[in-house]
Amino acid sequence: MNTAAFALIAIFTITFALAAATNPRLMHAALSFAVMYIGIAAFFFLLGAEFVGLVQVFVYVGAVAVLIVFTILLTRRDVGERHEFKWGGVAVAIAVFVGLVWAILKTTSIAVAPPVAKALTVKQVGEALMVSYVWPLLCVGVLLTAALIGALILVMEDKPS
Amino acid sequence: MTLSILLVVSAALFSIGLLAALSRRHAIFILIGIEMMLAAANINFIAFWRFVPAPALPTGVMVVIFAIAIAAAEAAVGLAMVIAVYRHFRTTDVDQLNQLKG
Repeated sequence: MNTAAFALIAIFTITFALAAATNPRLMHAALSFAVMYIGIAAFFFLLGAEFVGLVQVFVYVGAVAVLIVFTILLTRRDVGERHEFKWGGVAVAIAVFVGLVWAILKTTSIAVAPPVAKALTVKQVGEALMVSYVWPLLCVGVLLTAALIGALILVMEDKPS
Repeated sequence: MTLSILLVVSAALFSIGLLAALSRRHAIFILIGIEMMLAAANINFIAFWRFVPAPALPTGVMVVIFAIAIAAAEAAVGLAMVIAVYRHFRTTDVDQLNQLKG
């Protein structure tokens, strides 16, 4: 595990996350959101979960980002967001961050270096998915189907009668 | 690189997501904030899975794969709701969606 690579990825991800959260121009913020997910996938690669990193890139940079861009284009009429910021949200976010960091740094038992581990192969992931986790996998399939049918029904045009 | 610094980065990502969900007015960006918080939780799952003494079972990886699938379903339904709300109210500003009976 490379400390320099970790610092670089952390700065990259946090920068684009801040850009996505605060940029008043909607399209720029959506693109920053997509780039942030590349940083998160890099975290997964660094931690030895390559398959999850790839899935993250496919699902988020590929599908969810396109979905968000389409939604912005379809609801483009009020594209200029009012620029004033709700400072209450900023205060709550900073308070949560300080509390979490205080709790993390207070816990000394987690300040450890990672153990040496052998890589997790895609074969192992596939076997686990198809043997031990086959029922959750089927449930997720049903959930995805139901969610997509529900999304279609939500946006369906009312037929003029 | 220790577990705690990884958790600090994940906490920062979670707080930025919370900031987006609480302080933006555009409904799409509230969804983006929720997705960011889910991503921070995924980083935590992978980090804890990687730092147990012998990560033989891919439990953390499985949880993250299912979390990504459910987050994708949530994003699809959420964006469909944004479009439906926009059709009805002609705005996506959540401060103006203040009437319960349309």
